Amino acid sequence: MNQVKIDFERCKECGYCIHYCPKKVLVKGDKINKKGYFAAEVADPEGCIACGTCARVCPDVCISVYKDVE
Amino acid sequence: MSKEAVFMQGNQAMAEAAIRGGCKMFFGYPITPSSEVPEYYARVMVERPEENITYIQAETECSAFNMIAGAAAAGHRSMTATAGPGFSLGQEAMSYMSAAGLPGVVVQIMRPGPADGEILPAQGDYFQITRGGGHGDYYTLALAPWSIQELVEIMQESFVLAEKYNNPVVVVSDAMLAKLRESVVLPDYTDNEAAPEEKHNTLTGAKGRKRHLITTCGFGAVQWNQFNNDLQKKYAEIAANEKRYESYFMDEDPDIVVVAFGAYSRVCLSGVKMAREAGLKVGMIRPISLWPFPDNAFEGLDGKQFLVCELNAGQMVQDVKLSVKNKDDVHFFGMLGGIVPTPKEICAEIQKVEVK
Amino acid sequence: MKVVYEAPKINTGVPTTYCGGCGHGIINRLIAEVIDEMELKEKAVLLWPIGCSCVNVNTMDIDQLCCLHGRGPASGTGMKRANPDNLVIVYQGDGDMVSEGMAEIMHAAIRGEKFTVIFVNNAIYGMTGAQMAPTTLLGQNASTAPGGRQVINSGYPVKMAELLAELPGTVYSERVTVNTPANIIKAKKAIKKAFELQMKGEGMTFVEVLSMCPTGWSMSPVKACEWVDTNMTEIFPLGVVKDETEGLKQQEEAAK
Repeated sequence: MNQVKIDFERCKECGYCIHYCPKKVLVKGDKINKKGYFAAEVADPEGCIACGTCARVCPDVCISVYKDVE
Repeated sequence: MSKEAVFMQGNQAMAEAAIRGGCKMFFGYPITPSSEVPEYYARVMVERPEENITYIQAETECSAFNMIAGAAAAGHRSMTATAGPGFSLGQEAMSYMSAAGLPGVVVQIMRPGPADGEILPAQGDYFQITRGGGHGDYYTLALAPWSIQELVEIMQESFVLAEKYNNPVVVVSDAMLAKLRESVVLPDYTDNEAAPEEKHNTLTGAKGRKRHLITTCGFGAVQWNQFNNDLQKKYAEIAANEKRYESYFMDEDPDIVVVAFGAYSRVCLSGVKMAREAGLKVGMIRPISLWPFPDNAFEGLDGKQFLVCELNAGQMVQDVKLSVKNKDDVHFFGMLGGIVPTPKEICAEIQKVEVK
Repeated sequence: MKVVYEAPKINTGVPTTYCGGCGHGIINRLIAEVIDEMELKEKAVLLWPIGCSCVNVNTMDIDQLCCLHGRGPASGTGMKRANPDNLVIVYQGDGDMVSEGMAEIMHAAIRGEKFTVIFVNNAIYGMTGAQMAPTTLLGQNASTAPGGRQVINSGYPVKMAELLAELPGTVYSERVTVNTPANIIKAKKAIKKAFELQMKGEGMTFVEVLSMCPTGWSMSPVKACEWVDTNMTEIFPLGVVKDETEGLKQQEEAAK
């Protein structure tokens, strides 16, 4: 399964990844990080196509994307 | 290299000394009485390609000073020469280079201010040079030669001092020393410059080492307090090592001590000699380092009368008062606007001093 | 697993100092990605301006100089002339470049200084608190232009990419933005092209990046992305304003 890793503590809740995700697999989380933001989280991991758009729009370099090649 | 004396103008001899001292980068903006220095560099760049000179005529002194900061950060010797109005524009960068620890060298060729002023000899920028003319708590090492010979030697040494302390250095000249022509033995080419990457914190690309970061932005009060304390420690070290002066007839227990600096002190020394011929017991102290001020020259001189002669309204006289016990014994003779008194006039001023 | 995206190698992992949704973060990351791809870490020197980005100095593992306000192009001149083989990147904001440092940037371009300028235009002063910038749009609200910028007081927004393209010393000038995934890819291409031209030693390379300042503009980050399209690009049109690459190639071939 493709994977999106979001650094919970570094996310500043801008919402770019959520807004620009073509498959709408990301959502605003319900947990607050140390800086006081509701960090984004992956709601639908199976829907991810590993396009990398979320990482490319992230101003805080807190997203990594991996594609399942098996 | 020949050790024969040449007959040369102060500005030009100084530029040649700087080039031989390894300063191959000059950034400047023309201003009287400094313009022969950029002209000299520009000519050497064209006529002596083997020197590998970089000369840029900057759009403003403000830019010229920042270009020096960039070249110094890249590990290269660089300088500018300017007069009061340009030095004022450069103060932002002087404050910056002091905080950033950048070894830029600036020649301040003084002329009478304030504002546009005149283009004649003056010493009215003493405060600006010695008090850190920009914002914040900082000092720049300032050396004031009185002859072209001393000027060329100090010019070369200033780069070594700037790099030793990672601090800007001001070479203090004036319209007199700049335009004067006299015999000078030009110093040889020096071989005392380290490669850029071997110098302190230089920005040459992080190859085989950790990254270097030069910033003067504070990261909170505690950090910035520490940063400033470290700067002050450096200034204390410079003050301990670099106080320089010369004294004349001071071993003959004079009653009156004349204090003067720069090219004008040569005129003053002639006045002192005249007064001595007239039977007065007079000596002279000539501060060479204006910052740090050589207060050690005044140790053990309690009870003597001091006559501070300056081409301004009374600036160094404050440092002399801080260096002696009885401030009432410190007298001042100043001249403004670019007029240089004659030895006879100085002698007359010495004769006015009442010996207690 | 195949890596689709990971943080650039020269990224130190230190969190950025920017507000949420700030375009600076994306632009800084693109610079880091290009330095990685071109393997220029050992040659790169990044000159920061005074503005929001001047405290974000710990996110990249390369040599960096934090310059005085507006003086980056002057310090960059000294630096690039001292070590011409280095990749010198002068990073500036709109207040830094177009107000305080207009003389420095213009004259650096007049001299054709061979460094790359990344100009971040977000039409507002971020660091000092949403005051008017020379690139603030007419009618755009700012803390020093309550009710919107007026011509009678402040004149018109300045188009730097076009202004610098007029000068022969500029070999490449492009305006990009980072408000959508597609525009981010274009912005990265522009930065890469500028770095490539610099390493060939051509002349001044200039990339203006329209950037979001959600805090300064008082809107949500996603809304700010839309605002770039709806308001900014009309005044600051995207695209290549000047590209001398072809002309330079022809000159090279003619010389052969």
